[in-house]
Amino acid sequence: MMQHLPALQVVLPLLGAVFCAFMPRGAWAGAIALAVSWIMPVISGLLLAQVLQTGVISYHVGGWPPPMGIEYRVDILSAFILMLVSVMGAILMPYARLSVAKEISARNQPYFYCMYLLCMTGLLGITITGDAFNVFVFLEVSSLSTYVLIALGRDRRGLLAAYQYLVIGSIGATLYVIGIGLLYSITGTLNLVDIASKLQTIGATAPVLIALGFLITGISLKLALFPLHVWLPNAYTYAPSVATIFLAGTATKVAVYLLLRIIFTVYGVGTTSDGTPLSDIFIVLSVLAMFGASIVACFQDNVKRMLAYSSVAQIGYITLGIAILNKTGLTGGISHLFNHAIMKAALFMVIGGIFYRIGSANIANLAGIGRRMPLTMAAFVVAGLSIIGAPGTAGFISKWYLVSGAMEKGWWWLGLLIVASSVLSVVYIGRVVEAAYFQTPNGEAEKATDMPASMLLPTLVLAAACIWFGFDTRLTADIAAQAASYLLGGAQ
Amino acid sequence: MRPDAILQIMSKLLLPFILVFALYVQFHGDYGPGGGFQAGVITAAAVILYAITFGLAPAQRAAPPWIAELMMPTGVLIFTGVGVVSLFKGGNFLNYTVLGHDQVHAQEWGILLVEIGVFVTVAGTMTTIFYAFAGRGR
Repeated sequence: MMQHLPALQVVLPLLGAVFCAFMPRGAWAGAIALAVSWIMPVISGLLLAQVLQTGVISYHVGGWPPPMGIEYRVDILSAFILMLVSVMGAILMPYARLSVAKEISARNQPYFYCMYLLCMTGLLGITITGDAFNVFVFLEVSSLSTYVLIALGRDRRGLLAAYQYLVIGSIGATLYVIGIGLLYSITGTLNLVDIASKLQTIGATAPVLIALGFLITGISLKLALFPLHVWLPNAYTYAPSVATIFLAGTATKVAVYLLLRIIFTVYGVGTTSDGTPLSDIFIVLSVLAMFGASIVACFQDNVKRMLAYSSVAQIGYITLGIAILNKTGLTGGISHLFNHAIMKAALFMVIGGIFYRIGSANIANLAGIGRRMPLTMAAFVVAGLSIIGAPGTAGFISKWYLVSGAMEKGWWWLGLLIVASSVLSVVYIGRVVEAAYFQTPNGEAEKATDMPASMLLPTLVLAAACIWFGFDTRLTADIAAQAASYLLGGAQ
Repeated sequence: MRPDAILQIMSKLLLPFILVFALYVQFHGDYGPGGGFQAGVITAAAVILYAITFGLAPAQRAAPPWIAELMMPTGVLIFTGVGVVSLFKGGNFLNYTVLGHDQVHAQEWGILLVEIGVFVTVAGTMTTIFYAFAGRGR
């Protein structure tokens, strides 16, 4: 069965989703989702180990060899992202049971788990496939299920947020397909590696670069690059807590992965850095995201919304790492992708737990909650410090690499901007901490207690991971560095 | 809306042919234009035509909503099931060659089964979407 692991990675959640849809009760569907979510990291762990030992794994779906057939291709970067997505799912699922039972109507619960597993299928599929059109199919699988996930909550505004995301997401997917269509008409193939080798002989002609423009814009809509982020705050705010945690931890990260694939594997740094102003555009937009979104986050009253804007800012750091275009910067970008997934999921888990207890995520209702829910808020503080980038936390490691990457290029001003924008995150994280610890509890918060153990444990695990990965960088920065040199080297 | 005799009789005449044509499109998909998706849409169109001319309640008696809803995951199950069976028979996922004695037959069986899965899901989904819209405001 070992050689079929790449297929199982995608097929298992798909099968799980089907069985969830058959279940009459949410709890049964939840059990299936839990079982599937706990098998996923085993598969991706085995894949990662195999890639680290023997190199790229290629799996031919249906027995048809590439470039004719669809190829599942696992290299160091995709194995890393597969690991991230499946581990996030495995940590989230025990948390999900109570939160879903509270926030989603009984009739819709099986569908919620079904859509969650479908979204997982799509995200893992995007990561593992080596076929440009297959990427689009999985992109749609994950996007369509995401729209449903956002709309399934009891909050009616979720419907509008989902619709807004549907419109924008469809535009993004359309742009992506136009790009792929152009590439297909130029190269006559859909296999990403094959396109890459054909493009080397064709060179950076105008249609090739136009296709790049379409692809980058389409993917940037999906990963919520400033100023294409407008769908994200509403979607994150009004979605059920579990959906928000899952999306914040995985969806945008997989979109970033796709961006890396297109820029480095398909086009190669040579084409993208010499022939186009892509790097400059990304640096400007990333810095705008880091400052603009952080400033907006400082003025939000809903903590979920605040964290959503913070996500836009953090995505800015990740794309900045890509735009710096040297090994250190790219290492920073990729490890920030991993670290941000952990810390933002932890933060959203805390807010989901507070919502579970007091039914609100407004900063005014959080007054004094630190004394009533000590362990919960402790997790918030740790993950918050990691967002800020305090030494000893995961966020510090990736920001360190980003700053060193900028310094290596001699862009000291960029290093200063990274540090300066981190100060802004002190402000918005600080507002929550101030309300939670230095104000007296009132209303619902007065009788709140720590969230139930099944929700608290996953949150604490993620918070502990924020510290763990601040010291032990073997899984994050080291693999990210390998992936970075693979991406940069693969293109030369 | 007042039921119209001409529309009802005409659609009663048409319905069997629409359904047979759906089957033709389904099973001829291997050789010519067509396949599970198109056949599923045509089948759902027959249900929708019946609902438009005779009303929603008779249509839901003929094609109950719960069956339509169940059809959506069932089709996916058939599709993935074929893939998983080929895994267990020693081939790669969705490798039809291992499903039969010789290559040609195996490929035909594989395509046919997968397309039936597509048919079931598409017919169920189209009908469910129609019911969801038609049932609003009741």
